[in-house]
Amino acid sequence: MSLLEVRDLTTAFKTERGEVTAVEDISFDLDEGEILGIVGESGSGKSVTALTIMGLLPQPPARVVRGSVHFAGELLTGMSETRLERIRGAGISMVFQEPMTSLNPVLTIGEQIMETVRAHEAISVRDQRLRAIEMLDRVGIPSAVRRLGDYPHQMSGGQRQRVMIAMALACRPRLLIADEPTTALDVTIQAQVLDLLMDLRDELGMAIMIITHNMGVIAETADRVLVMYAGRIVEQAPVARLFDRPLHPYTRGLLDCVPTLEQDRNRLVAIPGSLPEPARRPAGCRFAPRCGHRIDACSAAIPPLVAVDASHASACIRTDILA
Amino acid sequence: MNLPDAPSRPDAEADIQDVPIHRQHPAWMTLRRLFRHQLFLTGIGLFGIILAAAILAPIIAPVDPTKLAMRYKFRPPDGTFIFGTDNFGRSLWSRVIWGAQLSVVIGFSVVLLNAIFGTLIGALAGYFRSLDNGLMRVNDALMAFPAILLAIGVTAVLGPSTFNVILALAVVYIPRTARIVRSSVIVLREMEYVQAAVAAGAGHWRILRRHILPNAMAPLIVQLSFLFAYAVLSEATLSFLGLGAVPPTPTWGNIMAEGRQYMSEASWIITIPGIALMITVMGLNLLGDGLRDVLDPRLRIQQ
Repeated sequence: MSLLEVRDLTTAFKTERGEVTAVEDISFDLDEGEILGIVGESGSGKSVTALTIMGLLPQPPARVVRGSVHFAGELLTGMSETRLERIRGAGISMVFQEPMTSLNPVLTIGEQIMETVRAHEAISVRDQRLRAIEMLDRVGIPSAVRRLGDYPHQMSGGQRQRVMIAMALACRPRLLIADEPTTALDVTIQAQVLDLLMDLRDELGMAIMIITHNMGVIAETADRVLVMYAGRIVEQAPVARLFDRPLHPYTRGLLDCVPTLEQDRNRLVAIPGSLPEPARRPAGCRFAPRCGHRIDACSAAIPPLVAVDASHASACIRTDILA
Repeated sequence: MNLPDAPSRPDAEADIQDVPIHRQHPAWMTLRRLFRHQLFLTGIGLFGIILAAAILAPIIAPVDPTKLAMRYKFRPPDGTFIFGTDNFGRSLWSRVIWGAQLSVVIGFSVVLLNAIFGTLIGALAGYFRSLDNGLMRVNDALMAFPAILLAIGVTAVLGPSTFNVILALAVVYIPRTARIVRSSVIVLREMEYVQAAVAAGAGHWRILRRHILPNAMAPLIVQLSFLFAYAVLSEATLSFLGLGAVPPTPTWGNIMAEGRQYMSEASWIITIPGIALMITVMGLNLLGDGLRDVLDPRLRIQQ
């Protein structure tokens, strides 16, 4: 049994134009200690997937249409809010994109970390303090004892993201969901935060789900990758495999967008067109209108995710020919 | 910051309890800015005069404000009667000072009731979408009446007394306070740190108490300082109309109501409580303006 098992997860939102499906038939497993990367453009459904797993989407307007999420054997979809509160922060934690706004401006960072601990564990204030210091120390905040009394505005973006991670890990979760954890940071700080996440995985043995639109982040951290497009998983593979032999034309397009040192072209290759609006998705393969390998059959039906071998799967009907 | 060189390892427990969780609290910086704000200081000064008069009433105005002395009636202000006397020979000094006490007590009570119930209703309506419609429609209905008319209506039904005036003014102003709190809460509810707190397993109550309400305090404090002024003014209006505290209890409103008849012969009777009222309202408004300048970051950028 995997730590996290997601099956056929489909989430829809009520809008003025009727119910719109944001993510569809998402299935994947995540093992203890594994780092799973989810990559895709803005609007491809990465964050909705994460928020659905956490049960953080307000319902309504959101609705889990079908599918299930099991965490450590427990069914999360449809679980009561009170029980979910016990799992959030203690079993599954989340780190958000914006370190500048993800901390409460009127509480010191010490108070905020202790607050999280207090929500889940009945321990003394003294022990809460010790835990806060330990966590700040662990995420590499220098002289942690002194920084407990600092307010968020007294810290830099990178430090705040470290504090966010310290808060998220304060109750030793088994799964950490990092939603674009480095997008708002400088490149040098990005690398530090990613290194930190990997070190913490090694030390604490937790699983990490890292959501990003940056292929570089995926290459650096993930063990396995899900590529999402317009609400569906289009390719799933171990990280080395994905970069060596991408199967889906969309994945190839994404990889072509990454500039390389050897490249002598002046312009970057971009995928033509843009992501279809959720309400106006084309019939059949959603990537077909932007795909250079399109044939008529592409628009006939949504191509299922087909395994080419034990670890690699792609949702393209032309996989055999293109591979 | 002259902290000793504290080691950062958690096993060095001895120092840990000594290091404060709070340092350079934002409230300190706010206070420092307030005390450099000219208008705020003027406001505090003016309101301070009234507040001091209210608190020190038994000491500085020992003469019973209801004691009749017909032989001293209509004495203009002089050495014996600082503010003169009224048509029954009562000391206007005593009446105005004790009236200040009543105004301040009513003002504080209305502000307190608003702080409690306005915050509660506003927070519930803003945070729980399901309650919003119900609560806010009742609010809107109450706000549809002109403030003073509603207050007159409530006191007319309940009968004139100090307690009923407080109740009436609370009913009138709580919807306004609730609306301000609600609008802050709606904005704050969507902040990332609130979502982060939910993701960390915090329940609704904890989120409201620790993450939303403390951040909604600035506009509320500004509103409450203005509300104090409105409450004092409305109370004076109600008692001027005979709906406030029952005579002979002195209030600025009923002193002015009685003085109105003798405005041409004994103008000090109506003028002095009027000036006291003006000082109070002006002081509180300046104080509120100062608070708003300092607490509202958007205004601060414009300056």
